[in-house]
Amino acid sequence: MTPISRIRNFSIVAHIDHGKSTLADRLIQLTGAMDAREMAGKEQVLDNMDIERERGITIKAQTVRLQYKANDGETYTLNLIDTPGHVDFAYEVSRSLSACEGSLLVVDASQGVEAQTLANVYQAIDNDHDIVVVLNKVDLPAAEPERIRDQIEEVIGIDASQAVLISAKTGLGIPDVLEAIVTQLPPPREGDPEKPLKAMLVDSWYDAYLGVIVLVRVIDGVLKKGQTIRMMGTNARYPVERTGVFTPKMLNVDAIGPGEFGFITASIKEVADTRVGDTITEDRRPTLSPLPGFKPAQPVVFCGLFPVDAADFEDLRAAVGKLRLNDASFSFEMETSAALGFGFRCGFLGLLHLEIIQERLEREFDLDLIATAPSVVYRLNLIDGSQKELHNPADMPDVVRISSIEEPWIRATILTPDDYLGGILKLCQDRRGIQADLSYVGTRAMLVYDLPLNEVVFDFYDRLKSISKGYASFDYALTDYREGDLVKMSLLVNEEPVDALSMLVHRTAAEKRGRAMCEKLKELIPQHMFKIPIQAAIGGKVIARETISALRKDVTAKCYGGDVTRKRKLLEKQKEGKKRMRQFGKVDIPQAAFIEALKMGD
Amino acid sequence: MTLNLDPGFGIYLHWPFCAAKCPYCDFNSHVRHKPVDQERFVRAFTRELEHLRERTGPREAVSIFLGGGTPSLMKPETVGALLDTVARLWTVRSDAEITLEANPSSVDADRFRGYRLAGVNRVSLGVQALNDPDLRFLGRLHGVDEAKRAIALARETFPRMSFDLIYARPNQTPEAWGRELEEAIGLAADHLSLYQLTIEEGTAFYGLHQRGKFAVPDGETGAELYRVTQEVTAANGLPAYEISNHARPGAESRHNLVYWRYGEYVGAGPGAHGRFKEKGRRIVTMTERLPEAWAALVEEKGHGIVDGERLDSEEEADEFLLMGLRLAEGIDLDRYEKLAGRPLSNRQIGNLLSEGLIAPVGNSRIRATPSGMIVLDALVADLAR
Repeated sequence: MTPISRIRNFSIVAHIDHGKSTLADRLIQLTGAMDAREMAGKEQVLDNMDIERERGITIKAQTVRLQYKANDGETYTLNLIDTPGHVDFAYEVSRSLSACEGSLLVVDASQGVEAQTLANVYQAIDNDHDIVVVLNKVDLPAAEPERIRDQIEEVIGIDASQAVLISAKTGLGIPDVLEAIVTQLPPPREGDPEKPLKAMLVDSWYDAYLGVIVLVRVIDGVLKKGQTIRMMGTNARYPVERTGVFTPKMLNVDAIGPGEFGFITASIKEVADTRVGDTITEDRRPTLSPLPGFKPAQPVVFCGLFPVDAADFEDLRAAVGKLRLNDASFSFEMETSAALGFGFRCGFLGLLHLEIIQERLEREFDLDLIATAPSVVYRLNLIDGSQKELHNPADMPDVVRISSIEEPWIRATILTPDDYLGGILKLCQDRRGIQADLSYVGTRAMLVYDLPLNEVVFDFYDRLKSISKGYASFDYALTDYREGDLVKMSLLVNEEPVDALSMLVHRTAAEKRGRAMCEKLKELIPQHMFKIPIQAAIGGKVIARETISALRKDVTAKCYGGDVTRKRKLLEKQKEGKKRMRQFGKVDIPQAAFIEALKMGD
Repeated sequence: MTLNLDPGFGIYLHWPFCAAKCPYCDFNSHVRHKPVDQERFVRAFTRELEHLRERTGPREAVSIFLGGGTPSLMKPETVGALLDTVARLWTVRSDAEITLEANPSSVDADRFRGYRLAGVNRVSLGVQALNDPDLRFLGRLHGVDEAKRAIALARETFPRMSFDLIYARPNQTPEAWGRELEEAIGLAADHLSLYQLTIEEGTAFYGLHQRGKFAVPDGETGAELYRVTQEVTAANGLPAYEISNHARPGAESRHNLVYWRYGEYVGAGPGAHGRFKEKGRRIVTMTERLPEAWAALVEEKGHGIVDGERLDSEEEADEFLLMGLRLAEGIDLDRYEKLAGRPLSNRQIGNLLSEGLIAPVGNSRIRATPSGMIVLDALVADLAR
């Protein structure tokens, strides 16, 4: 155990691509937690999942204990808490931040402050963090550390005079970062090894070999192997089997003392048995002052996931169950669709979360899935005075029973080079946005907009990226529910409604959206042997229509004894193709159409 | 109409040589600039047929078909030797159809008499067009007058005769095609094979077409040409009994019906395919395509079979479906169920019936309607799922 005065707990906040993971790699390397051989060929050693590494994002929180001999001759224990950077996981960021006392704010010395930087740094400030400003990529020709330093002071309002200039890529300035952590960040504020055990459950996940691993931060007392602990939120008791730290390899230690981070295993069966933010105490001698705890994260985006092949339903059930073991913020319940058969209605923290889960299901569990239109959670105020939450447009009650519909709104912050401002303003206006603020951060515009979430869930981020050629950054937070003039739009293919394509839209946007969807479906659905009308309708009224013309001719002229094998193989391919489609009435719709049809592409 | 639907057992012999390669042809055909050693090939055919006989056991053949390539490049003695071998190995029914494919050139026609004496009772002539510019475009070595003389001679020589035409040629109008077709029927064939020109990969036309050197009629015109074909032939007493084959009732090609009714057949010669039952399952045989390599293989191993498979029930059912629905008589649903181990989907049948793409025939058969025939590949894929 390290004396509290020689512990520093910190996290790194940064915009995606500003070098957070590279800096973490450097810190690990320089403190010798992993030698060069172990680091060789590995980048972003903290990102365990393939998806994390491929997408350059961090999904689960990670900690690493670093031993650092400072200029004052003392050896310090530095605990780096790596947090997710994406807006979808803002909630995880906030609880990770609350477990430490300081942050490194990493800003790209040429690009400067981005929307995500702002959102994350404000969270750190809200958690009373001291902040060390780190300007990365100063070795690049475009770097302007002086300008960015001013920008940070101006926009964020924190002192950047002591900013550390580094290049995580070349290793320049990394020792200065370590020294700044020791000198500029405070040790843990409290902590008494004699007091009853009080530890925060920071995160937990399932490991195939060790079972549930719980990441903890000890506040008071000492956590030891053999102790019987109690989760104060659930009152469940467990004997501690193993205590350890991440270096980032798992290293068993005898005890975890006040101010320290570590992990325990304790025969806990499921991640669902652990509540993030819960207080862990000793069963014999419980603490009298448990931590306030966290509210569980609420899913904000829902969509249906169905197996392409109905026979895979049980596999899908097993797979979502397994993912849920590791991701309590992902929710699911069984859903039956007239069109798609059996599947699950799943809830996600945001669109990235949705994509990640879908990708993991397809990749790790080898499932072919159809995802239906993402939907936000609407609140329906019914004539009888009751209120109902609507997760699925297909469940919408008869309009005569509804007195009003409320939808979730967000406050979005967008930072963009001036050149793209016009296009972005138009995008926000088109999506029913209400401008709250427009100011300048150096040469860049900072736009603050209130937007209905349902206008953002489909492809807002993609559009923003394409309008700004990738330069605009975007962050948002849910604010409130507001009443909206929303109607349910149905899509009819060959005169039959396809429930998986129905959606709630604002009345003023319905016609445009309906037309776009009909046009998209016309491209996505292959020609059939008969013509297929595609219609968008509100109630019984058709607001848009397209027709897919019939195949005129598709027949092999010659087919004799020597042609049968080749023809059968073609037929087998066609049959395989049909398996990747869903049949609605007489029409085969490719699975990709369900998501593709929603992309507006303005 | 009562149908004798027993497809029977047929024997196919592939003669792979041609005087010239036609630019549209993707069949297994080869041009040789030295005379072909026909005796060597006869010996190889004999050995391969003996091998196949061992595997099929004694069977009664309803048909023998000499296809190619250009079988009319064979000497009559060669044809005679091959037919004698077949007759020695299997029982050939007294009314068996014995067809030879022939080019309508004068050189080939000179041998007609000899073929008849060897036992051939039906010829199929590769006429392809009834005007000289189109014959030249199609790379044919004969002219129209020559073809007409060959047709007349074939009619005199053989009890039965058929010829092929290719339509949907560049710039061909439905009107012109209708007139050409009437003229063809007037040449008093009792059987016509009428193929839409398709551009196949690996042919000379493929590259030319890719490079935009010529264009074939679009889908709309193709459909119209197909419609005209059906109308003109039906009005003149030669209705389609298969997608591309038309006959006076009773004059259908029995050999090809073996294929379409999913009967059994052996195939001998380079690149020939066979399908027959062995130990309770239908097997496929395919031989080496290159003529000399095939002959060497037969000399070494007793047969030239290089590929094949044992079909599972789904594969058999798929083949039965895709072949059978080509016929105007359609398919027997019970036979499908027996082959597949499951019936065709009622839902798919219902959908296609309601769109008028298929029609019931009696209680247990379905057939593709004319509007179904023209999109048959899509229709079969829909049913077979």
